[in-house]
Formats: sequence, C-alpha cells, structure tokens
Amino acid sequence: MESFFVGATVALVGIILLPFYRVIRGPTVFDRLLAIGAMGAKTVGLVCMFGFLYGRFYMFADIALAYATLNFIAGIAVAKYFSRERSAEK
Amino acid sequence: MSLVQDIVAASLIVAGLLIMLVGSLGILRLPDFFTRTHAASKVDTTGIIFLLAGLAVFEGPTQAMGKLLITIAVIMLANPVAVHALARAAWNYGERPWSNGDDSGGRKSK
Repeated sequence: MESFFVGATVALVGIILLPFYRVIRGPTVFDRLLAIGAMGAKTVGLVCMFGFLYGRFYMFADIALAYATLNFIAGIAVAKYFSRERSAEK
Repeated sequence: MSLVQDIVAASLIVAGLLIMLVGSLGILRLPDFFTRTHAASKVDTTGIIFLLAGLAVFEGPTQAMGKLLITIAVIMLANPVAVHALARAAWNYGERPWSNGDDSGGRKSK
C-alpha cells in the first residue's frame, strides 16, 4: 500500500504540472489565471497524499483545508480585480 | 487495514487521478477560455472529490476523516464559484465565447 501511495503521488505531481503549458502560452490573461486556479485546487489533493505518505495525516488535514479556502479567496480577489480593470481603461 | 478497505480506497484514488488527468488535458486542449472553464471547474472538482473520498475510506473513522469530508465540502462549494467569478470577469473584460470555425483560441480580445 505504501508503494501505491508513492506512485499515486508521483502521478499527481505530473498531473499538476500539466497546466503549466497553458500558463506560459495562454493567449489571454484569464487562461493563465484558470490554469493556476486549477493547479491550486489539485494541490489540496497533493497535500493530503503527502499526509498519508508521512503517516501523520491528522496534521496535513488542516493544511489541506486551509489551502482550499485560501485558493478560493484568491480566485475571487483576482476575478474582482480583473473585472474592474477593463472599465478603468475606457 | 482490511483488504476490502484497501481495494476500495485504491480504486477511488486511481479514479480521482484519472479524472484530474482529464481535467488537466481539458485545460490544455480545449479551444477557448470559456470551454476551458468546464475542464477547470467541473472535472477538477469531481477528481478531487474522488481522490479525497478514497483517502477518507483509507483513513477509517477518525477525526482526520471528518476534516477530509469538510475539505471535500469546501472544495465542492468553492471551486466552481471561483471559476464562475473568473468567467464573469472575462466576460466583463470583453472576452467572447469561441464559435465553430473561428480558431483564434481566445486572442480576439487583443
């Protein structure tokens, strides 16, 4: 079961790094924000997997919960900023 | 752990990983920003729900499992709302959805 978790964590890291291409190449700024938001959401799962790898999941559970909430707040803040910027340009 | 618990947990985790893979590929492959929001919000959230459910099954009935279920609830609420706010911001910014045949990939707003 231990080696299963190591394999799953490595696969999850690979999956998390995939949207980097969209961050680099994304035509609009919103593509980049979307890719970063998706990576942030997946990192919650990665934190939980690390918790199981180290055997002390009760510590990592709080980190994952806090990270999920922060990722949400950051997403809302960025969206609010960008929805205002275009009207400022006009 | 009992064998059944391991098998159920492992299958849920693998399912979660596969769904997240689909989410990531959707973000890369889909033609326009608004189509990519489908991949980032819905598919991603489902992938995380499966992954954390698998971990919860593997954890067994402890306090940490309660926190895991709360994390699942938070992500189910937060992720789609954040992506929706981003899509709304993109619409206000002047982005328009991709229509068939136009392959500018979202560069219209430049």
